[in-house]
Order: sequence, then structure tokens, then C-alpha cells
Amino acid sequence: MILNASGCLDALAAPEVARSLDAYVTKTVTPLPRQGNEPVRIAETGAGMLNSIGLANAGIDRFAADVLPRLAELGVPIWVSVGGFSAQDYARLCAVLDGRDEVAVIELNVSCPNVASPEEEVVAIVSTARAATSKPLYAKLSPAVPEVGAAAGAAARAGADGLTLVNTIRGLALDERTLEPKLASGPGGLSGPALRPVALAAVFAAHRATELPIVGVGGIETGRHALEAIAAGAAAFALGTVLFADPEAPVRVRDELEGEAAALGFETPLAAYGAAHGEHPPKPLRQVA
Amino acid sequence: MRRELLDVVRVDEIGPYRLLRLRRRRVESGIPGQFFMLSPPGRLLPRPMSLCLATRSELGFLIDPVGPGTQALVSAGRGDRLPVLGPLGNGFRLDVERPLLVGGGIGIAPLPYLSERLGHPPAVLGFRTEEHAEAAALVANAEVVVEPRLVTELLRPGHDVLACGPEPMLRAVAGLAPRAQLAWEAPMACGYGACYGCAVGIGGELRRLCVEGPVLSGHVLVPGTGTGPDRSVAA
Repeated sequence: MILNASGCLDALAAPEVARSLDAYVTKTVTPLPRQGNEPVRIAETGAGMLNSIGLANAGIDRFAADVLPRLAELGVPIWVSVGGFSAQDYARLCAVLDGRDEVAVIELNVSCPNVASPEEEVVAIVSTARAATSKPLYAKLSPAVPEVGAAAGAAARAGADGLTLVNTIRGLALDERTLEPKLASGPGGLSGPALRPVALAAVFAAHRATELPIVGVGGIETGRHALEAIAAGAAAFALGTVLFADPEAPVRVRDELEGEAAALGFETPLAAYGAAHGEHPPKPLRQVA
Repeated sequence: MRRELLDVVRVDEIGPYRLLRLRRRRVESGIPGQFFMLSPPGRLLPRPMSLCLATRSELGFLIDPVGPGTQALVSAGRGDRLPVLGPLGNGFRLDVERPLLVGGGIGIAPLPYLSERLGHPPAVLGFRTEEHAEAAALVANAEVVVEPRLVTELLRPGHDVLACGPEPMLRAVAGLAPRAQLAWEAPMACGYGACYGCAVGIGGELRRLCVEGPVLSGHVLVPGTGTGPDRSVAA
């Protein structure tokens, strides 16, 4: 199952790309409209990309009234990513989406690496959201925590139905000549190839720590990368930065994945599920929503 | 939305600039002012480039090799193939009665193709140095100034201005010719509305230049109205 990483595809601007996915994940929706951060917002780095978009979005009310009905016309399951600044924000967002048939899954953009106790923050947000909706809830976690497995376990106990791993990690790039930050906001979220081993380790840890289905995200560009995510414990994966350069990546990666799995003797890609753990017997596959 | 792999025909030197010439295959040349995303070898992200020249067999892109991406693009040679996505965005409106093309520096990139499509109207071009001004040869009927003279000195009333150049030039042109069509640029990761990296202030809001532009009408950005591509508009 192939998804896009939240914020890496506008399905209304590129519907044919969205239709090449098994589910479309929206850009994060917040309670109020947000213009986002001042430009410059993106920069290429040696092995990745920095972004500081600042959650630009129309806000939940306009999203629910105008955007969601148009997304539903795509004919692809819609995952709505939501983000807030308090647990109550998440509750409100989930309550609005709870009654909407167009919504297949709510993904909680839980990425607060700078709080004192990441696990407590995850528990507060997931449990509050859980009380506000019966929709499947996926918690998207930051890998920038001491123990991703502990955060994953906290999300599971708080009522998450699945995990999306990982969000970007903080990075900084400086201008060649001025030595000032390239992004107007200073640091930004690092994605792309540099994030891939970080994501793989997070999926690996979360697979051991919980029974929840996992969507692997972070630097996946090829079928081999996707196969590794599956082997580490992802039951699905999402493409992010690669979509910027290659809108046809979903089709290409799907083809490559079949070939890579077959070359290693797996009947299907998901037959490699958990293979990195050498489990005997393996954990049963938890299908993603 | 298809990327095409295009063969590099060759790279011409034009002063400090380079003209990257690609075998065209099935790629549409689009409307002047539209752009293409060109993927430099060995880089993660493609780079937005407006089309400079279109012949039956080739597409040409004028590039100022100032960073690792543009340098990688112009280092490509015969035998290399580059992924190309496009044409993208909104180009110039060509239904103009008395066109005057205005270009500054590497911003002249879309003007040769635009000039051809408009039947070689008059053009005024400004460059930093005489060496940069060699690129003026690409544009028919061009009057050229070199700094410290500025291209805005050559603007004449009664024309439909179509301009591309650095931001201060575009703002100055918009001040003199509020109905001018202006081609802007911004860093872009995708060029098709996905990344939100190219947001600029348009109509008082931060909006994606790749979706709304890159050609915008001058009257929405007259300095002082707070409605133009304005980097100060932010949350």
C-alpha cells in the first residue's frame, strides 16, 4: 500500500498523481487558517531537503466545507492529517471530521521533539483525539526522541490504531556566501535520503514495541527502499520528497518493489514483512486501514 | 504529469551564461513564460527554468550557473539525459497590441521564445556587465543597457509591457507600467503545487507562485498596495 507523505502532494493540483496512490494523505489541517512561514521556505542540502512551510492551510472549517468534498471525488481513500497546538485542538479537529464519510483515516501530526516528555505529549494528544472520534487514528511521530519505541508504545496505549513513522527532523543550512540560514525561519524539517536510515530505525523500534500497523515514511525513493521499510516492520509506506522531483514515483516504486521482492525470493512484497527482525514465527501482519 | 528524459544536444557558452540545448522528443513547448522542472544529475531536487528557445527538434534553456544545481545542469554533455517536467504554470498573455519586452540579467531567459511568438516586437534589456550583455544577441530588436544604467530608463509609454528580471527591476517596472505582465521566480521543489515552497505574497496572501504564476499582472503588486508578490506577507 503506497501513500504520499503529508504535505508532499496537492491532490487537487495533481489529481492523476493522487490517483496513482492507494490512499491520499492531506496537508496538515489546523483549527484556524494559516498563511504559513515567510519565504524562503525550502532548501536543498547535501543529502536531503529542508522545509519550513509552517503548516500553511485553509483551516478546518474551509477544509471541511470546500476541500474535503472535492478530494472525495478523486475516488481514493482520504487520510486527513491534523495538527494543533494543544490536545484540545486535536479534539476539535477530530470532532469535525468524525461525522464525515469522506474521511478514511485521521493522521495526528504529533511531532513535538522539544517537549520535556514526548511520551506524555503523545498520550495527551492521542487519548484526547480518541475520545473525539471513532475514525481510525494514526499517530505520526517524530524520530527525534530518546526512544521511538517508547513513544510508539505510548500511542498504542492511548488508543491509536496505527503509526506513521517518521516526521522530519530539524536541520539547518547556511547560505554559501553570507553564512546566514537559507530558510527565513532558520532551521527547517530535514527530509529525503538523509532521513531514510532514521526512519528505518524508527520503524524497526516501533515494530518491536507495539502491535500497531506502521506506515513507513522517510527518504523512500525506490522499490528497494520500500522493501527495507517493509522488512523493518512497515505494512505500508509513503513517498514524500521524491514526489517533488518525480510525480510518477508511485507507479515506478510499485513496479520496482515487486521486482525487488521477487529477486529476494518473496512471493509478494508484504511477504518480507518483519524480515529484518528474523522472527520465528514472525509477528502477524497488521494491515493498514 | 509525465517527466520525459531528454538527450542533451550540447551546451553553448553565452558570456557567463550557458544555453542548455535538449533534444525535444514529444515535449510541448507551451506558452512563453511557462517553465519546466529540470533535474540536475546528482541533485535531489529539480530546478525551475523558463523555456528560452524552441525549435522543431530542440528546447533551449538559458542558465546562470551560480549554484550546485545550475552548475550540474550545464555540466551535462552529449550522451547525458535529463528528466524534464513541463510546461508548468501560467505564461504570458499573448493578446497584446503593442508589446514591449523588458528583461534584466538571466531574466531575459523567456524573452527569445516570447519574442518569436509575438513576431519580434521591440525589447529593452539590462545587464550587469558587457560580458553578461552578450546574451542580448538571443533577443531580436533589442536595445541594451549595462549598469549603472537601468533598463527602466528605456521604458516608453503606450506599450504592453511583458517583463522578466530580478525582483527590484520587476517592482520598478510595475511602478511605471501597472498593467505590465511580470514573470517572477521563487525557489521551487516541485513546480506543480505540491511543496508550497514557492509561496509569495499575491493579493495580500501567501500563495504558490507555481500555481498562480509565474507570470502575474503588474496591477496586483504595485508597491504600497501590499498586494503584490511581497515577501513581507507572512503568518
